[in-house]
Amino acid sequence: MPETKIRVLVAKPGLDGHDRGAKVIARALRDAGFEVIYTGLRQTPEMIAEAALQEDVQIVGLSVLSGAHMTLVPRILELLKKQGQESVKVMIGGIIPDEDRPKLEELGVAGIFGPGTSTTEVIEHFEGAVTPAPAEG
Amino acid sequence: MKLAERVRTGDRLALARLLTLIENNSPEGQDTLSELHALTGRAHRIGVTGAPGTGKSALVNRLTQHLRAQDDPPFVAIVAVDPTSPFTGGAILGDRIRMRDLSGDPGIFIRSMANRGALGGLAGTTSGVVDALDAAGFQWILIETVGTGQAEVDIAGAAHTVLVLGAPGMGDAVQTLKAGVLEISDILVVNKSDLPGAESAARALRAALELGPVDSEWMTPILLTSADNGDGIPELAAKISTHMEHLKKTGGREERDHARVVGEMERLLQQRLTDRFKAAQSDGDYERAIERVVDRELSPMRAIDELFQD
Ligand code: B12
Ligand SMILES: Nc1nc2c(ncn2[C@@H]2O[C@H](COP(=O)(O)OP(=O)(O)OP(=O)(O)O)[C@@H](O)[C@H]2O)c(=O)[nH]1
Ligand SMILES: [Mg+2]
Repeated sequence: MPETKIRVLVAKPGLDGHDRGAKVIARALRDAGFEVIYTGLRQTPEMIAEAALQEDVQIVGLSVLSGAHMTLVPRILELLKKQGQESVKVMIGGIIPDEDRPKLEELGVAGIFGPGTSTTEVIEHFEGAVTPAPAEG
Repeated sequence: MKLAERVRTGDRLALARLLTLIENNSPEGQDTLSELHALTGRAHRIGVTGAPGTGKSALVNRLTQHLRAQDDPPFVAIVAVDPTSPFTGGAILGDRIRMRDLSGDPGIFIRSMANRGALGGLAGTTSGVVDALDAAGFQWILIETVGTGQAEVDIAGAAHTVLVLGAPGMGDAVQTLKAGVLEISDILVVNKSDLPGAESAARALRAALELGPVDSEWMTPILLTSADNGDGIPELAAKISTHMEHLKKTGGREERDHARVVGEMERLLQQRLTDRFKAAQSDGDYERAIERVVDRELSPMRAIDELFQD
């Protein structure tokens, strides 16, 4: 019986130690039936891209509250693309000022979620982003 | 290029895709596995089991670092299994948190798996995933089981060498280990040797071992390690290699491979027969039989007898 699950990587790039939001999101996704690979704090963009590849996730969720998103996120997008994972959806949450949003969306970020986002909203957006499943390359 | 060919030639993204297809029981995954089957059988499969929090992931991290720092290092794959929530079907797979030192090394491949409801410490598709990694050329494959604290017996059928971990300060560690796990262990490891109580845990284990069945050819060694400071890791790697040699010399490797194939065949056969039987029933007969047992009209055995009659 084929059984398909949505696999998501939840990671904290950079040096920021605020991990409550990432944990809240990881648990909410698990409770919605996702398989969540949680890699913990202080991940370099290279570590995140490598984990996304080995785990063959459909979504990479990044939590950034340090203000370093404009350097970290583009780098991760670039690495994913370079390794042939341009179809992976990148979602970010944390403290992302409004003025940075257009640039991030233009770069290909598929969702941005700030403080106070309901987990239901996140789950619906994630489910919407990967269905129908992209054709296998 | 076909998926099997890409996996064979070291395309990591293709390998990752294949593992997903296998996990999802997809026909393409099965086709590719069958194309790759002739290439399997080269890896040494090492199981790592033990109660939650004993340091399985941290130990795998250290051991792999040690292996990769040797001259002519082996390619190492890690399969880490965590439980699926029985209520939601979702899972948080957190073993990678302790394996951060292994990133950036192309000779290592780490894959997390949810057990998707299977009992016994592994997922139903773990053996397929390990076969794929074997065919892809990984020489050491470390399989971390779910840490349920009970006898993770599946690993005995899936690995050549089984490491069972205990740690000091877990009062019931020895108790748990007695319940079947001692029998499946090829090497007993008391991890967290940097904490007080490791020596006495090792002594308790030795006493428990002496009560168990004796294998005249392989005396299960008890090693002290610290995944924290690295103590005992080289000795552990050496002991695993000794066990590998032992298996080769005694024919134990073929025996274990044979037993693994038997187990896998029986599992698939049962699945296939069950599916076929159910599909052959007229609509609702099986469900009605279940209801009659629930309503205490029939015993389960009689219900099955009836289903087989028509
Ligand atoms: C709690 C907190 C801390 C705690 C962190 C505890 C922990 N382990 O997480 C402590 C006290 C340690 C701390 C320390 C610091 N903090 Co602080 N902290 C906060 C605070 C008050 C709340 C953060 C929080 O946990 N919120 C609760 C969670 C659930 O919300 P969340 O993370 O926003 O997540 C939600 C969404 O953003 C989204 N989301 C988040 N991640 C993701 C990921 C994905 C994939 C998705 C889809 C959604 C998503 O969904 C979540 C649910 O709604 C914020 C202020 C604020 N109001 O946000 C400051 C804040 C983040 N901290 C700040 C600062 C500056 C610091 C320090 C540098 C302070 C200092 N000078 O020492 C240190 C740095 C620590 C470090 N090592 O990085 C600043 C950051 C400024 C900036 N980015 O420009 C903030 C914004 C306060 C401020 N207004 O100045 N902090
Ligand atoms: N002091 C000490 N702590 C250790 C050692 N090995 C692991 N730990 C700690 O023990 C905790 C659990 O380690 P893990 O490696 O996650 O344990 P695990 O057996 O993989 O756990 P599960 O996968 O959840 O069953 C972590 O906080 C580790 O840092 C060790 O040798 N010494
Ligand atoms: Mg673990």
